[in-house]
Amino acid sequence: MRPYIIKRLLLSIPTLIGVSLIVFFMVRAIPGDVVQQISGDAPVTPEFRAQVQQDLGLDKPAYEQYVYWLGNSLRLDFGTSLRDRQSITHRLKNTLPVTLEMAILALLVSLIIAIPIGMISAMRQDSVVDYVSRSVAIGFLAVPTFWLGTMIIVYSSVWFTKATPQAQAYQQFWENPYQNLKFLLFPFGYFIPVGPAVILGVSLSGTVMRLMRAQMLEVLRQDYVRTAWAKGLQERRVVVGHALKNALIPVITVIGLQIPIIVGGSVIVESIFNVPGMGQWFFQAIGFRDYTAVQAIALLIAVAVVISNLLVDITYAYLDPRIRYS
Amino acid sequence: MATTIDAPILSQDPVIAGDPPGISAWPRNIWKFCKRKPLGAFGGFVIVLMLVAAVFVDGAIVGVNKPLLAPSGYNEQHIRRAQVDQGPSLSHIMGTDELGRDIFSRILYGARISVIIGFSSVIIAAAVSLAFGTISGYYGGWFDIIVQRIVDIILSIPAIILLLFALTVFAARAGPYTRMFWIILIVGFLISFASVRVIRGAAISAANNQYVDAARTIGASNMRIVFRHIVPNVIPVVIVLSTVQLGTAILAEATISFLGYGIPSPFPSWGAMLNLSGSAQFRIQPLQAVWPGVAIALTVYAFNMFGDALRDVLDPRLRGGR
Repeated sequence: MRPYIIKRLLLSIPTLIGVSLIVFFMVRAIPGDVVQQISGDAPVTPEFRAQVQQDLGLDKPAYEQYVYWLGNSLRLDFGTSLRDRQSITHRLKNTLPVTLEMAILALLVSLIIAIPIGMISAMRQDSVVDYVSRSVAIGFLAVPTFWLGTMIIVYSSVWFTKATPQAQAYQQFWENPYQNLKFLLFPFGYFIPVGPAVILGVSLSGTVMRLMRAQMLEVLRQDYVRTAWAKGLQERRVVVGHALKNALIPVITVIGLQIPIIVGGSVIVESIFNVPGMGQWFFQAIGFRDYTAVQAIALLIAVAVVISNLLVDITYAYLDPRIRYS
Repeated sequence: MATTIDAPILSQDPVIAGDPPGISAWPRNIWKFCKRKPLGAFGGFVIVLMLVAAVFVDGAIVGVNKPLLAPSGYNEQHIRRAQVDQGPSLSHIMGTDELGRDIFSRILYGARISVIIGFSSVIIAAAVSLAFGTISGYYGGWFDIIVQRIVDIILSIPAIILLLFALTVFAARAGPYTRMFWIILIVGFLISFASVRVIRGAAISAANNQYVDAARTIGASNMRIVFRHIVPNVIPVVIVLSTVQLGTAILAEATISFLGYGIPSPFPSWGAMLNLSGSAQFRIQPLQAVWPGVAIALTVYAFNMFGDALRDVLDPRLRGGR
C-alpha cells in the first residue's frame, strides 16, 4: 500500500506544477498590451498602468514573476484584486465556505435522489420502473442547469410572485443556520425545494443514478447474494443488508471525481440565484478582467480537484488490492 | 460439385431468403435498428430534424437567396401592430421576443449555429484525439508519459473555468465570426483532452491482437501497422465518442452563450436566447424561456440516446461504462 501511495503522490506533483503554469501563463498569453486589455474600453491612466504592472509584477522577467506568484500562493497570499484593491485571501474566506456548503448540500441532494431510484431500477431490471427512471436519469443529464435555474426563477415569479433573494440576504451557516439553509434549499417558500443547492444536486443525480444502477446489478449477481436469497431472507434484507453496502462503495468514491462538475455548475447556479460564493465571484472577476482573482480561484479549484482525485485513487487501492499491483 | 457449393450461398442471399426483391440492405438495417433501439432511433430522428433545420432554414447553404423553412429572418422585427412579447399565435407559432422577432425562426437559425459549432469542434476533437491517442497508445514511451500528464493537468481545471478564461484572454474584442472560430477551437481542444485517454486505451488493446504480431513478423513497418490495423480498430470508438460529444459541445456553446461569452447578439444562439441578463424580460412572456431550453435539452438528449444505441451496435465492449 505505501509504495502505491508514494508513487501516486509523486505523480500528482507534475500535475500541480502544470496546473499552476497554465493558470499563470494564460494571463500572460493575452495578445497585445495586457494593461489595455484589462482596462477594456476605458482609457488607461498612468496610475492604473503602474498599479497593474506592480500587481502582476510585469516589470520583472516571466520566470521570476511565476516563482514570486507561486511562492505567495503557497503561503495563501493571493495578492489584491485588480478591481477593488481588496485582499483576495480575505474575500476567499467569505466565499469559499458558501460554495463548499452548497457543494456538500448538492451532493446530499443528488444521493437522496439517485440512490433509491438507482436501487429500485436495478432490482426491477427492464420493468416499466426501470425504463422510466433510466429515461429520467438521461433527461437530468440533458437538461442544462442554467435552463432549469432560469425556468425556476421565471415561473416562481410568475406563479408565486416571489422575487429571487438578493445576495445581501445571504447569511453564513454559523451566523444563522435557518436563514442559510432556507436560502440554499427553499428560497421560494417551504415545500418547494428548488434552491440553488437542489438544482445543482439534480444535475448531478443523473450520473450517480446510472452508476448506482450498474453497480447494484453487478452486486445482485454475486454468489453471496444468491446465498442470502437461498437462506430465505426477505428481499428488503437481501438488498439493504447484503447488496447495498458493496454497491455504494464505488458510488461514494466517484463523488470525489464530480468536483469539476460541481464547480462548473456552481458558477452557473450561483450567478442565477445570487449566491455570494466562489462561483459567482469567478464569473464577476472574469467580467471585470480581474485576473489576479481569476488566477487565485482557478488555482485553488484545480488543487482541490487534484487532491480529490488522489484521495479517490488511494481509497480505491485500499478497497481493491488488485489496483495497487497493476 | 459446383451446385452443392453454390446452393447454400444462394440460399443465404437476402433477395432469395424471402424479402421482396429490389430492397437494398440499408433501409432494412435502419428498420432493424429502430426496432431494437427505439430510444436511439428517436434520437436519430431528432438529429435528422436538426440537420434539416440547419441546412434548409434559408437558402444560404443550398445557394438560393430566399427563406425556406423559417417564416422570417433571425433579426427581422415585427413591430408594427405591437407584436412585441407575444404568446404563440398562428402567424408566430412560438410567439415573438422583446424586439418583435419570430421565436420559431430564431430557434431554426439557432440549430444552424449549434450544428456548425458542434460538428466543427467535434471534428477537431476527433482528429486531435485520434492522432495523439493512437501514437500515445501504440508507441508508449516518453511521448505517452508527457501526453498523459498534459491530459491530467487540463482535466483538473473545470472545463467552464478554462473556457471562460480562454475566451476572455483570446477573444475579448473579437467580432462574431472570429469569436465563433475561437469557441470552436477551444471547445474542440477541451473535448479532445477527455477522449485522448479512451482512444489510447482502445489503441493499446488493438495493438495486443495477434495479427499485429503477425504483421510485424512479416516485416510490416510501424506506419503500416498503425494505419492498417490500429486505426481501423479505433475508428468505431471515435465515432461513438464523437456522437455523444456533439451533445456536449452544443451544451458547452449554449452555456457560455447563456453566460454572455458566446455568439453575440443579434445572432440567435439557443444559449444566448436564454441569456442571464434577459431573465427579467421572461416575466412578461415566460414561454420565451421555454423554447430555447427545450431545443437544447432535446438535442443533447438525442445525441446521448443515439450515441448509446450506436455504441451497443458498433462496439459492444464499451457497454456498461459510466
